Order: sequence, then structure tokens, then C-alpha cells
Amino acid sequence: MISELLTATVIIGVLSSGIRLATPYLYAALGETFGQRSGVLNLGVDGQMLLGAFAAFYLVFQTNNLWLGVLAAVIVGALLGLAMAFVSVNLGADQGISGIGFYLFGLGMSDLLFQKLLGSVETVSGFRPIQIPFLSDIPVLGEIFFKQNIMVYIAYLLVPISIIIINKTTLGLKIRAAGENPQAADSLGVSIARVRYFTVILGGIFSGVAGASLSIALLNVFQQNLTNGLGFIAVALVYFGGWRPAGVLVGSLIFSMVNALQLWVQIKNIPIPSDIAIMMPYVLTILALVIAVQRVRQPSALTKRFERGE
Amino acid sequence: MKTPSRQLSPLLRILEILLPFLATLAALLIGAIMLVFLGANPLQAYRSLIEGAVGSPNAVADTIVKATPLLLVALGICIAFRGGMINIGGEGQLVVGAVTSTLIGLSFPDAPGWLIIPAAALVGFAGGAFWGSIAGILKARFNVNEILSTIMLNQIAVQGMNFLLRGPMIDPVQLKAASRIPQTARLAQVFDLPRLVPTRLHLGALIAVAVAFLVYIFLWRTVVGYRIRATGLNPDASRYAGIPVKRFLVLSMLLSGGLIGLAGAIQVYGVHHRMFTDGSATGFTGSAGFNGIVVALFGQLHPLGAIPASFLFGALLVGANKLQRAMQVPAAFLTGLNGLVVVFVVGSEYWRRRWSRLRRTEAMDSASQNLDTEIEAKASL
Repeated sequence: MISELLTATVIIGVLSSGIRLATPYLYAALGETFGQRSGVLNLGVDGQMLLGAFAAFYLVFQTNNLWLGVLAAVIVGALLGLAMAFVSVNLGADQGISGIGFYLFGLGMSDLLFQKLLGSVETVSGFRPIQIPFLSDIPVLGEIFFKQNIMVYIAYLLVPISIIIINKTTLGLKIRAAGENPQAADSLGVSIARVRYFTVILGGIFSGVAGASLSIALLNVFQQNLTNGLGFIAVALVYFGGWRPAGVLVGSLIFSMVNALQLWVQIKNIPIPSDIAIMMPYVLTILALVIAVQRVRQPSALTKRFERGE
Repeated sequence: MKTPSRQLSPLLRILEILLPFLATLAALLIGAIMLVFLGANPLQAYRSLIEGAVGSPNAVADTIVKATPLLLVALGICIAFRGGMINIGGEGQLVVGAVTSTLIGLSFPDAPGWLIIPAAALVGFAGGAFWGSIAGILKARFNVNEILSTIMLNQIAVQGMNFLLRGPMIDPVQLKAASRIPQTARLAQVFDLPRLVPTRLHLGALIAVAVAFLVYIFLWRTVVGYRIRATGLNPDASRYAGIPVKRFLVLSMLLSGGLIGLAGAIQVYGVHHRMFTDGSATGFTGSAGFNGIVVALFGQLHPLGAIPASFLFGALLVGANKLQRAMQVPAAFLTGLNGLVVVFVVGSEYWRRRWSRLRRTEAMDSASQNLDTEIEAKASL
């Protein structure tokens, strides 16, 4: 039974689809990392993803222009990020709860728009795999790494970019300061509000694109509750990754490899009930959180509202 | 000497009480704009919503039936939030409570109703309490954020439910049939919660209201309840005062999950009379685990405030069905609207904070004035 999973096809399949499946988690969790490093917990990621996924899918369905779809997801994500930023920065609302509000909003609205504008589950032809010349011809590795679609490549490219922005730029310094010690940063002339607006809107854009990566690259469909809680997992991955993009990458990969393995278990008809197999990544995430939380401290000002002179 | 702010005080108090209503009104206004975009007349839409919710005795009964699980979930949420735990795990706790209580009814089909119904309520409570306390222990022992753990536990509960309903617990009739609908057999009719009047209204509504009063007494009139609230308000100070904070975090999650599990049991014995799944949590719960949070917030995290709040949101849910039939506005509209209400209500807390600060300064002003007069009086003696 286990030996059936240890064939080359399955292992390559698991690795290759694991890398592909990690895409939406990567986008969403990287975006969330920016927000949390600046002190804002955005729990509405899943809602932002759903609306981004719908916007992208609908535009591609109507125009067949994939990049227009991505653009739509970016705009929708940015607008939702803007709203979240206003509520958490200007109104100082409880972030855990307002995030759930945004989640419900996205869940309901994407379903509503889906029923009103599409009516039934349709498909589009999404981004196709790009074979990177030469590299894709390498046996095994080529299959795993270099025959993916553009959304996958961009997601992985965003990891080093995020690392550089957070750790090596003035902007990154301001973001970290806003999340660790906003009073001190404020007294040095950093506008906490502006920094947090930036990170939360950026997070919204990333979440929107994460949704698009599902609806026009990975699955190429849209249906009610397409993400099925994926955005919440992304938030958990940020904790797991210790608020560092590299950690987020590792977490996303582990989670999606387990998911890919679970899919292969079903394909190979191995007698583990599929419901139990689907459960595994979540159990793993809890265990991972138990280990991860012992290791690193969260940004000191995370979820705390900032008011001058407090 | 009179300060102008002194006359402001009662007005502010009234505004503070009205705040969630004002926030909801604002959300409904945005909802109206969305309805216009959907090609529906918002006035007509809201009217059909209200008619559907309270337009006839049957509608009112349906509204109360919908409000019942919302109230119990909201009470659970109240305890957790008051104890400093953000419990997003209502969906999972509902499912676990429902599954465990169903097991009791299925295991003893020939037992009398007076025995099974209370036993099922107890077991449902225990199931939900168990599921909730996992998140409490993870927080207390390993410092795992309860928002994240409860979300994961929701998914795990749903998959566990799917597994049980597709396999071990499936209705033997479905097992033989080709369709294999994932649901249990119908529970014996003697286990049905008694109906109150000749409508769908069942005993669960009364239980929920009674529990609301019990939770109020518990939180505000008992030492344990006081300690839960103290832990939530200021864990550090509570620790110095000798309260075992970690144990109280677990306790508030345990009680929270328990009440939500009880809601699951009441849904099974009062409404569905069996357990079923559509693969997701919502199929059985109707998102009550999330909507209960909205209700609790709307009731200002007060157990008695949750009673009218649950009626209001129950009415919205029932009205949404009418809205769908009469005006072809999908019921998903209401999920979105609920989300807006949450955002607006927590956003409006901004003004409450400002006003309460105003009132505090004012109270200090008048206190210092009193002191002044007292000193003057003493000086003149």
C-alpha cells in the first residue's frame, strides 16, 4: 500500500503538483506577512481571495484576456484592502472580528455575483504551463520545476522580492518598526497610518491575485466558496513561517505537498477514507503551529490599534 | 458652575446604546445600493424581507426557530469573548455537538424520550465543550492563537462528520440504495423536541432563552463568572490577583464550545431529526457558527442583549428566503450583508471609545467640582 506511493511517477507527481498547489497559499500568505509585520492582522484574506477569484474568472470568461483577469483581481483586492485598512487604522476596530466581517462579505458577495452573472459553473482556459527552454528538458527536475504556468513562477519570484523589501529597504524598516514599536517609529516621523495602509492594501492585492491563481490558473472554474477556507490556512502559514517570507515558503510547500500526497492517495485507491485524508493537512497545521509558536515571537504590536499619545 | 458637557452626558449614553442600530442602518443602506445594482427595488426588497420574517404567525415561528441556534451560539461566543478568547470555531463545535448527540439517539432507539432528550443535550454539550477546550488548551499550554486553531478545528470537524455520515453512521436505507446520500437514519419520533404551538416552533427556543438568563447570572453573579471576565479584561492583573489565568482560558472555551454544541443537539432533535451533510459545514449549520458571532456583537456581548439580537438575525435569515423567492435576490446577499453589519458594528466602536472618554473626563470634572465645593464649605466653617 505504501509501496504504491513510492513509484517515480507518484513522487514526481506529488512534488510537481505540490509546487503548483502552493501558489495561492504563497500569494496570500506573503501579502498577509506584510500586513502582520506592520501590526495588522487581516483575517478577511479568504473573502478577498473569493472576490478576486470571481473578478478574474468573470473577466476572462467575458474577454478571454487572462491578464485583464489578473488586473481585475488586483483592483478588487486593492479596494478590499483599502476598506480593511480604513476600518483597522482609522477606526481602530478589533482586527480579528472585522476580518471575519470582510470574510463573510466576500463569501456572500462572490456567491451572489456568481449566481447573478454566471448562473452555472463554467470553465475557462486559464494560464498554460510554460516550458522553460533547456531547463524543462532536465529529467525529473524539469518536470517538477520548469513546466509550470506563469502564475506559479511569479509567486515564487515574490519570495526573494519580499525578503529584500522587508529586510533590506527603508520601507521594510518602517514596516517592521510599525509592527514592533509604533510609538517609537511615530516619534521618529514615520507615519504609522501610511505604512499600515500600504501593507494592508498590498496584502489585499496579493490575496486577490491568490484568488485569480485558483480561478484562472489552477482550477479554471468558479463556484460558490471556491477557496474553501484556503485564506485562513494562509494566515496560519504566516504564524507558522515566523513572519518571514522564507518561512512562509517552507510552510506553503509542506502544506501543499501533504495535500498533493492526499490527492494521490485517492487516485491510487489506497483504502484511507478520503475525508480522513483531507483532514490531515489541517491536523498538521495545528501541530506545526504548536512547534512554530514556541520558536518565534509575533510582532509586538500585532492586532494592537495605534493612537498617538497613548 | 455648569459645564456644557454635563448636559451632553445623557445624550451620549443614548447614542451609545443606539450605536449598533445606527451601524446596522448604515450597512443596510450599502445593502440597498447593492440591491439597486442587482436590479431590485431596495424598498420593495426590504419589505418582502420583513414580510417573510414576521408577516404571519408561521413566519414568526420560523424566525424563532432560526433564532434559537443563533442565540445559543451567541451565548457561547459571549462567554469566550468575555474571557478573552476569540472563538471562531462555532461551526466545528456545532457539528461535533450535533454528531455526538445524534449518536445517543441512534444507539438507543427504544429508550423513552424523557431520558434520551436530556441525555442528548448533555452529550451535545460535552461534545462541543471537548472540541472548544482543545483550542483553549492549545492557547493555554502552547500559546497557539485560538483564532487559527479554531479555524483548523472547524475543518477537521467537518471532515470527521463527512467520514462518519458516509460510513459508520450512514442510514442503512441509503447504504442499500445507489444514491448513498450521506445522512443518518431518522431518529425515533419520541425523541422529537415537543412543539410549542401548532407551528414548527419547538421547545429549544425556551431552552435557549433560559440559558441566556443562566449565562447572565453565571457571568455577573458568580465568582467563577467574575474571574472569567477579569481574565478577559486584564490577564496580567488577574494573574497578580491570584486567578489561574490559563485554567480560566480553557474553562471559557470549554463552556463556550459546550453551549454551541448544545445548539447542535437542539438543531438535530428540534429541527432536522437526523444528521446530514452536503460536504461542507454550512449544509448543516447554515453558517450559524459565524452568524452567532454577529449576533453576540450586536447584543454588545451581553447574554440578555443576545436574545433580541438573535431574533433580529433569525428574521433576516428567514426573510432572505422570501427575498429569494419574491425578487430573485440570492440568499447569499444576506451572508454578504451580515459581513457588512459586522464590519460596521465593530467599526462604530470607535465612537463608543471616544464618547466614553468624553464622559470620563466629564465625570472627573464634576468630581473635582464637588471636591471644590466641599473644600469651600469646610473653609467657610
